[in-house]
Amino acid sequence: MSEAYAWIAIALITLAATTGNVLLAYAMKRVGDVGELWKSRGLLAVVARVLTTPTFFLGVLAMAVAFYSLLFGLSWGNLSLVVPASASLTFVANALAAHIFLHEHVGRRRWIAAILVAAGVLLMAA
Amino acid sequence: MTFRKYLVLAGITVFSTAGDSLLARGMKDLGGVSLHNVSGLLLAILNPWVTAGILLLLAYFASYASALSWADLTYVLPATSLGYVLVALVAHFSFHEAISPARWLGIVLIATGVGFVAAGPSQTPARQPKLPADAVSQEAKP
Repeated sequence: MSEAYAWIAIALITLAATTGNVLLAYAMKRVGDVGELWKSRGLLAVVARVLTTPTFFLGVLAMAVAFYSLLFGLSWGNLSLVVPASASLTFVANALAAHIFLHEHVGRRRWIAAILVAAGVLLMAA
Repeated sequence: MTFRKYLVLAGITVFSTAGDSLLARGMKDLGGVSLHNVSGLLLAILNPWVTAGILLLLAYFASYASALSWADLTYVLPATSLGYVLVALVAHFSFHEAISPARWLGIVLIATGVGFVAAGPSQTPARQPKLPADAVSQEAKP
């Protein structure tokens, strides 16, 4: 039973984390290069620009859902299953989502990297 | 990519690793949290380990968000996995913990993956009218 709960948590974490990452990446691209904005207009301008970007808050909301799912998952399931499984799946799901929704150029190089990292993260928990 | 930008990527790794470790330490104090005990989850914030962990994770979030403003998600994300390598290496060289062959392989895979991405361009070229042939020729270049 707790195994099933753990996998529900893993699916929730992966979905929420991927949604959050994509929304945040989208929002920050709209804000533009934060370093240059800071240099030319000051830190307040950066904060104001970020806080007036609605997708930023949607991204934060999704990340909060992922964070609380992780806390639940950690108390329900096995630490050595929930953390590596969700982290590992998130790398692959993100590459897919970045390609579909953000139109990032996920070439062979980045696909291989996503799979290597996902496999590596799983092995680290072994 | 300037030196400062690599510093931001390093910040992502260090802050997320330290933040996660403190958070895990704090959650151990609290024991099991269930749906019947949601207040326990909210009260978790009062634990000093959890508080410190959250502060570090905020620093992580700031570096992460700023990195996303000038680099692709698929470029920044692999860098976050270096934290696992960092923890294992610190445990091995400072605390003389043994690392199993499987974990060494994991370290090699993660490092290879991150190196693979870091060696490539940090951002998808500006959205010009899409030319499929263009994308192909860029893929072919090392």
